[in-house]
Amino acid sequence: MTKASNIAATTKTIVKKHGRDKSALIAVLQDIQEAFNYLPKDALKAAGKSLGIPFSRVYEVATFYNAFSLKPRGEHIVKICMGTACHVRGAAAIQDKMERTLCIKPGETTPDNKFSLETVNCVGACALGPVVVIDTEYHGQVTMNKVDKIIGKLKEEGAQQ
Amino acid sequence: MVNLTVDGKNISVSEGTMLLEAIRGAGISIPTLCAHEAVSRSGACRLCVVEIKKGTRTRIVTSCLYAAEEGLIVDTKSERVLNVRRLVMELLLARCPESDVLKKLAQELGVEPQARFVADTDKGKCILCRSCVRVCEEVVGVSAIGLFARGSHKTVGTAYNEKSDVCIGCGACVYVCPTGHIEMISTGDKRKIWGRTFKMQPCDKCGKYFAPVDQLKFISKKTGVPLSELTVCTECR
Repeated sequence: MTKASNIAATTKTIVKKHGRDKSALIAVLQDIQEAFNYLPKDALKAAGKSLGIPFSRVYEVATFYNAFSLKPRGEHIVKICMGTACHVRGAAAIQDKMERTLCIKPGETTPDNKFSLETVNCVGACALGPVVVIDTEYHGQVTMNKVDKIIGKLKEEGAQQ
Repeated sequence: MVNLTVDGKNISVSEGTMLLEAIRGAGISIPTLCAHEAVSRSGACRLCVVEIKKGTRTRIVTSCLYAAEEGLIVDTKSERVLNVRRLVMELLLARCPESDVLKKLAQELGVEPQARFVADTDKGKCILCRSCVRVCEEVVGVSAIGLFARGSHKTVGTAYNEKSDVCIGCGACVYVCPTGHIEMISTGDKRKIWGRTFKMQPCDKCGKYFAPVDQLKFISKKTGVPLSELTVCTECR
């Protein structure tokens, strides 16, 4: 768990990096999310204070965008594309397989904090469908076997560290 | 001054006047919910729609946000306007079936609840017009409340649905709310709003509880008037 003082200090540095500019709120929130993998409440409070934006306004922005998470998320974020192209190529089956492999539903995080599962509407790589994006890596033409492989590899990497 | 025609009547208004004021000035009534003199316009309720004609083209606009223009021909009662307004009313009614204000307005407009719009049960009386959020930011200046999430999940409230430490309990949000969604319970020396209980200040002269102590402290801080001079209610002042 990150301590509150650490959160406040990190947030302050991030706000400073963006020149204490009110209009940079979204960029600030993105950086905070990068640092903590989610948006901690203390960070939102600290960011609002140093940017001169009311807390309620910061919370409005944080809850508006799907890209922001207010709940702690896992080390790896698994996004299954549910766009039309991926859907007709069997994204639902991939989702089912992913849910069983990770033992979580979309929006949840594994108890070991390794994986979070999300569904997204389109990642703009329809020719590769069905697409699964893990962190920043795109996996195209995903099959049941491929799900096991990708997740297995990530679990192995985690075990080695 | 700009000259325009409203329902066949020629009127002239000063430049920058919104159509809503121009039309009402001409003695024609337009239903609205979110237009309030205390807050800036947002065009949220969509009930004030009118049809405007410029040259050969006509279109539907929200009169509360459209500034009067020279030579504009406005129709407030065309079939097209009434259709749009009825649809808006049907949707509002489906969102807040409990609201007496909406029910009354619907009756005036001859609108009945529609089976094709399934009534919401969890939205209270909020039409998401943002008037309360605006008054809290623009008039009171504390921004204690906001509209959170989006789409069908959008709700009004305080951040994280927790007690706000900037709220002064003034009740301005309750005052501007067109449908009476926001709950404020006053019982003697206490006032409960947004999940927080505020201590009320009794008037030094008549003893009536007239304002939350936090609000008086806020006013004192903002204006520089000592708190001791603010503890008399407006009637005894």
